[in-house]
Amino acid sequence: MYLTEEEQKMLNGDYGQGTQLAMEILAAIGEAYDAPKMVPVTRTHVALSNQEADLWFAEKLVKGGAKCCIRPTVNPSFNLKQFQEITTIEKEDEEIVMRTHAAYNKLGAVMTYDCTPYLEKNVPRFGEIISFSESSATPFVNSVYGARTNRESAQSALCSAVTGVTPYYGYLLKENRAGQVLVHVEADMEDDFAYQMLGYFAPKKIGFDIPVFEGLKNPSKEALMNLGAQLNTGGNVALYHILGFTPEALTMEEAFQGKAPQHEVVITDDDLKAMREEISDKKGKIDFALYGCPHFTIDQVSTVADLVNGKKLAVPLFIMTSSLTHSLAQKMGYMDIIRAAGGEIVEDTCMDQPCWKFLYGKKGITDSPKCAYYTKRRDMQFVIAPLKDSVIAALKGEY
Amino acid sequence: MDKQYKCHKISGGKVKGELLFSKDGLCFYLIDPKTGKIIEKEHCLYGQSIAGKILVFPYGKGSSVVQADGMYQLKMTGMNPAAMIVVNADTTLAASAIILKAPMVNKMSGDFYKELHNGDMAELDADNGILTRI
Repeated sequence: MYLTEEEQKMLNGDYGQGTQLAMEILAAIGEAYDAPKMVPVTRTHVALSNQEADLWFAEKLVKGGAKCCIRPTVNPSFNLKQFQEITTIEKEDEEIVMRTHAAYNKLGAVMTYDCTPYLEKNVPRFGEIISFSESSATPFVNSVYGARTNRESAQSALCSAVTGVTPYYGYLLKENRAGQVLVHVEADMEDDFAYQMLGYFAPKKIGFDIPVFEGLKNPSKEALMNLGAQLNTGGNVALYHILGFTPEALTMEEAFQGKAPQHEVVITDDDLKAMREEISDKKGKIDFALYGCPHFTIDQVSTVADLVNGKKLAVPLFIMTSSLTHSLAQKMGYMDIIRAAGGEIVEDTCMDQPCWKFLYGKKGITDSPKCAYYTKRRDMQFVIAPLKDSVIAALKGEY
Repeated sequence: MDKQYKCHKISGGKVKGELLFSKDGLCFYLIDPKTGKIIEKEHCLYGQSIAGKILVFPYGKGSSVVQADGMYQLKMTGMNPAAMIVVNADTTLAASAIILKAPMVNKMSGDFYKELHNGDMAELDADNGILTRI
């Protein structure tokens, strides 16, 4: 692999051990994918996870004196202050939050604690070469904006933030971005929830191929967030196209770059219904409702506020969102409405964090298959239902 | 001489171990670090331990943090696989192996998947891209 003089200096350790480690890892990734060279990146997003491997690696870079030259935005951990009011936080969990925060701060990260950087604070333009981790973010920036990133891990994106470069391979090259499978969506895509199920189900039919969806009409930004997050949870799909809608797929010719689709599949309402039955817990009594995987937009917050306005929730309801949306919810009165009903909006927090221990062993309701998937490890069960239905269920305590 | 199969290095290292094949993709986060057992009910290896095995699987699944976090915890408890052989290595999976210095290869030469089975012993030299049946 060709390295510039500057990149070679990084690899030799001229800029300290932290930068050296970052370049060693990127070079190894480059070798693994037969990349000919490195290319500069102009944006980075790191899926900070506040877990042991995350902290171990970030602290290793700090110890080696690394500093980010392309400052990354970061994923949520949990909001210590807010959760200390809601529940008891164990000493070790408090410590890891503070240590992770300190390490990333020292590296020079922008501490957004938000998994939807593509809606605010880190929005790329068409064709921009970037290094984004976070499973809802990579499909969104690749597909909806037409920016170019590989499916980075938190650590590889952090290495690019430190060095300012990424190996040139995969989705950074136009020819690797062509659609491969044509997906005829015959399901009735009536709401954003249908996109959750489409995203989670599609990888079972398309495998690793880049899908071009046909039959989707003007999906909302929430539908696109859901589609990407679930495609990348149910499978490994970090780039998709929507025919006549996303920027690299305005025509069939463009979407498949002049080639014929390698194969075609059909997805129906029955497919999505069966998928939902497979992954959702059984109907019945629920103990809580949890939303915001990915982080809720202000429009989703307002949908919940409208549904609970003047009513009392039968079970606790939590919405995870960015600090900006949290602040907007306060300014716009949604916070008061949701709190008066017995719900709460938490900022800077992910469902896959130890702050939710008080819900372990309980049964919740959510609109996100991704939320239900990762919490398997934390002994939380979820009924998966459309947003409105699930809020109504939280008002009744039953679905 | 023992039969050899060519492969392509993703992350270096040299190990011996028993092969364990999975037809399903793998999310390292959904493996119990205490036992090395897969806890994902829908998985074909549900309930089986991957500890110490040369684990052969088609692809990784899961978000940008869970592979590294899962692998790290397995390594800390010693329940990690000895090495990994994959078909499609996405960047999150490859980067996690590189960072944790866990041997990983892809592009196994054609007959590997036909000729080797669960329980066969092998030596994997990831640096030189050679798997030897022993």
